[in-house]
Amino acid sequence: MTKHEETHKFLVGIFNDEDILIGAIKKLQAAGVKLHDAYTPYPVHHLDEYLGFKRSRLSKAAFLFGATGAILAATFQSYVMGIDWPMIIGGKDFIAPPSFVPVTFEFAVLCASLGMVATFLVSNGLLPWKKAVMFDPRSTDDKFVLAINLADNKKIEEAKIVELLKANGAEEVNTKEIKKK
Amino acid sequence: MQYTSPIREPLVLQGKTYADVTEDICRQVEAAPNPRWLGAMFLSLLALGWGSYTLYRTWWYGIGEWGLNKTVGWAWDITNFVWWVGIGHAGTLISAILLLFRQKWRTSINRAAEAMTIFAVLCAGSFILMHMGRPWLAHWALPLPNTYGSLWVNFNSPLVWDVFAISTYLTVSIVFWYMGLIPDLATIRERAKNPIARFIYGAMSFAWNGSAKTWARYEMVALVLAGLSTPLVLSVHTIVSFDFATSVIPGWHTTIFPPYFVAGAIFSGFAMVLTLMLITRHVYKLQAYITLEHIESMNKIILLTGSIVGIAYLTEFFIAWYSGVEYESYCFINRAFGPYWWAYWSMMTCNVISPQFFWFRSMRRNIYVTFALSIVVNIGMWFERFVIIVTSLHRDYVPSSWTMFWPTYVDVGDYIFSFGFFFTCFFLFAKFLPVINIAEVKAILKSSSAPSVIEKEEKVKAGVKLTPSYNPKSE
Repeated sequence: MTKHEETHKFLVGIFNDEDILIGAIKKLQAAGVKLHDAYTPYPVHHLDEYLGFKRSRLSKAAFLFGATGAILAATFQSYVMGIDWPMIIGGKDFIAPPSFVPVTFEFAVLCASLGMVATFLVSNGLLPWKKAVMFDPRSTDDKFVLAINLADNKKIEEAKIVELLKANGAEEVNTKEIKKK
Repeated sequence: MQYTSPIREPLVLQGKTYADVTEDICRQVEAAPNPRWLGAMFLSLLALGWGSYTLYRTWWYGIGEWGLNKTVGWAWDITNFVWWVGIGHAGTLISAILLLFRQKWRTSINRAAEAMTIFAVLCAGSFILMHMGRPWLAHWALPLPNTYGSLWVNFNSPLVWDVFAISTYLTVSIVFWYMGLIPDLATIRERAKNPIARFIYGAMSFAWNGSAKTWARYEMVALVLAGLSTPLVLSVHTIVSFDFATSVIPGWHTTIFPPYFVAGAIFSGFAMVLTLMLITRHVYKLQAYITLEHIESMNKIILLTGSIVGIAYLTEFFIAWYSGVEYESYCFINRAFGPYWWAYWSMMTCNVISPQFFWFRSMRRNIYVTFALSIVVNIGMWFERFVIIVTSLHRDYVPSSWTMFWPTYVDVGDYIFSFGFFFTCFFLFAKFLPVINIAEVKAILKSSSAPSVIEKEEKVKAGVKLTPSYNPKSE
């Protein structure tokens, strides 16, 4: 039995400049339009705040990964050098904390960076076997693309949104069907 | 929006638009190989081939193929290792420390510098494997459970710290570099016409679509990675210097080593970045992106770190006398006036005297002078490591065991191997991946280009003929 694939219909506004895009976002939000996301060729500062996305918690994740790494490395070194096979080396204590600083630090950095990057990639669906959802291929080149899901805006007429987009600097307004997740 | 003072020189010239940036940088990736690229690749493969032969001899017959003897047990191997690790400091320094200091000029050079870092650290690692003599037992340097009742590695040893430092640095550098590549690979994917290229760049770009949500998180990742990499970059050469500083060999047993090594590493790394970027800029015609301003900024860092290195040399010499330790004093007098005087004075000339030319603006902005000095600096930095390692060892406490170290052709061949490997990797990178960070350059385009995109578009709409804002005669 083939399942009927449902799609969402999106309005795609295409802009030439980051400031025009941000201006349009403010105007559309004032008119009560719910925006899906914006697609830009480079990171536009504060764009996520205008679109109402929450601040990322990745830095906290990185701290937790790093702390785990540091504790693991310090414990492991103390176990190896102090408990499992103690040896007198240069007259030092079996557990000589200054000697353990470099490896603890390096391992903490390793865990924090790998852990954070892996979290970022997985939570954003950035994986090699996935296919990119592109509203307009030019958004990786020189266009700033604003996507509006019509399903989120049932109360506002489509023509009204198109008009708002055009009035606020959109060069083109296209429609795009994207499969539901 | 960010504000850039109008007295700052623009970082992107010739009135480039966003589309121009994409086109200029993707062109090299999409076009057929340039004949000069093929020639350069042939030469590096030749070096790699010859080096592979001597590497085979090193591994098959052992390190007796080198010029080592019972007095000098470390020579070219560790010299080359420290030299390459030092070179491998520029990339992450540029992308991490300059990111934290908000130096926008890093955007045009960070990609290639990071790639160079990775290849340099791999070359350094190859000397670690070589000097083990039995590279198939390299895993013994890791704390793995084993059949000897779990005889672990010695965590008091700086050589073990080094294993962790170098491998962490390599891993984090690769991750940092690749994270930067993902948006640009998506740009290439969207432009690719050939389905195979589209598939490969598609897989490599991890389904990136540049959504605002992803970009915001991506920027957070970049910032935290930069924050983590900054102490990492400083720790790596610090730990390399511990290999020497924690021993009791006169000439090595010095507390000044960590900052002195880190400054030297940045010094040689920037020199190598300049050598490579000046060639890339010329061959790929990237004068609009790598401007004289970029070159001047890098030269200023070379001047600063070169002078720090110079002060470190003088301090070492002074302390050798002031400490009153006769072995230490002898070691330093022997360095400057003993049988290896030529290595010492090459080091002094190349590292301390030559960067002083960069006090002059005309020298900092002269491409030929910069290119020549970037090579001189790396020759000097190689001699620095040779002087530290060999001259401290060759005349030890017992005069009857005093000897000289002379390299064999296998020593030289293994060094050539690392050059072949480094340049082969770099040329492959320069052909198949964007050599400049497209997304980051676009991000500074509006605030720091001449003339700005908006002005240009307005002029085009108004039918005004554009004149390049830079003066080609100054090149």
